[in-house]
Amino acid sequence: MTMKIYSFVFVMWILILIGGGLVVVFVGPISFSEDVEPIITSGVKVLLALFLIFIWVFILAKLKNWIFKTEVKS
Amino acid sequence: MEEKIIAAIIVSAIAFFSIYAFTPILIKFLEKRNQTVKDANKKGNVMIPRPGGISILIGIVASEITLYFFFPISEILAIIITSILGFSVGIIDDRKVMGGWFKPVALAFCAVPILLLGAYDSNLDFPLFGSVKIPSLYLALVIFMIPITGNTLNSIDVLNGIVSGFTTIASFALAISLFILQNYEIGISCLCLAFASLAFYKYHKFPSRIFPGDSGAVMFGATYGVIAIVGEVEVIAAIAILPAVINSFLFLSSVKRIVEHREIKNPTLHTDDFKLKSTDDNHAPITLVRLLVAKKPLSEKQICNEVLKLATFSGVLAIITAFMMGAKIL
Repeated sequence: MTMKIYSFVFVMWILILIGGGLVVVFVGPISFSEDVEPIITSGVKVLLALFLIFIWVFILAKLKNWIFKTEVKS
Repeated sequence: MEEKIIAAIIVSAIAFFSIYAFTPILIKFLEKRNQTVKDANKKGNVMIPRPGGISILIGIVASEITLYFFFPISEILAIIITSILGFSVGIIDDRKVMGGWFKPVALAFCAVPILLLGAYDSNLDFPLFGSVKIPSLYLALVIFMIPITGNTLNSIDVLNGIVSGFTTIASFALAISLFILQNYEIGISCLCLAFASLAFYKYHKFPSRIFPGDSGAVMFGATYGVIAIVGEVEVIAAIAILPAVINSFLFLSSVKRIVEHREIKNPTLHTDDFKLKSTDDNHAPITLVRLLVAKKPLSEKQICNEVLKLATFSGVLAIITAFMMGAKIL
């Protein structure tokens, strides 16, 4: 059991590293032309960041369900 | 550098010994006033004094104020004020049962001094890839950080010694990370939290002689959160408390709403020999403890040891991440 939880922590860590990389490389540098309000640019960045968080939570929720089901069944 | 080493030794000693010396007095005081609660995981009617947060408050605030005399910077002032506010939110919850939304909302207000003192940098640093500048978004992050860390650490205060032991390990890992990143003043400030929680662990470990209560657990979390912000180590701080984050994540993804912990069904049951086992109730939330006992029942001490081993593992990951902050692959 504990090995699966350690793996869960490790996967979370990897997802944080990858997510951070995506934010810095792709989301951070996003900019539109000068006549677009800065608040719109920020809004787009927030939406993309939320999308990344959604994927992060989705992956972890699947992993959690798998761990719990396999443990309860075994 | 010599001044910093002297400051580190003095404030660490103040944080440790003030709690070490004051907690037994507090235990007697609380017992005399009948401010005790039943330890639900012990056979019989074992009553434990609560809240120990007062002792933690004295240790952290005394050491941080001393540190402020060495380094009068707004970041340390922000740590002192936010810690006191975090304690205040917790003590209200200790005295009166509040709704599930009380703590997150009240803790959001605890972040205000950080903003007013300007004790933050709006760059969010990530390992390997550098940093991203998010001035408007960062303000929201500051407001959210304190409720998240406060509630996350409070949510693992379920068994003897877990929250104090966990905070000790996470804050030592964060202090080491801050020293690696050469942020010495905030690193020393984090040592205050680490030694304060270590001293309290002596009385909170299995079998507990005192419980921290919400005032202690929330204060641990609020202090940890403010250190992460003013030290500009938000990502590293999150990694160091990953097992607690997992606990909150498991809980929220199974309950699907924010509720006061007294309102939920107990995710674990006791066996005849008073070990903890997972409940068969499908509506009970999945928590870290329930996951640990899903396969076979464990004693309270065994569970605590498993959680602290997980904390050590995530602490090591946090320190590795601190080393990765300096390296850039792009």
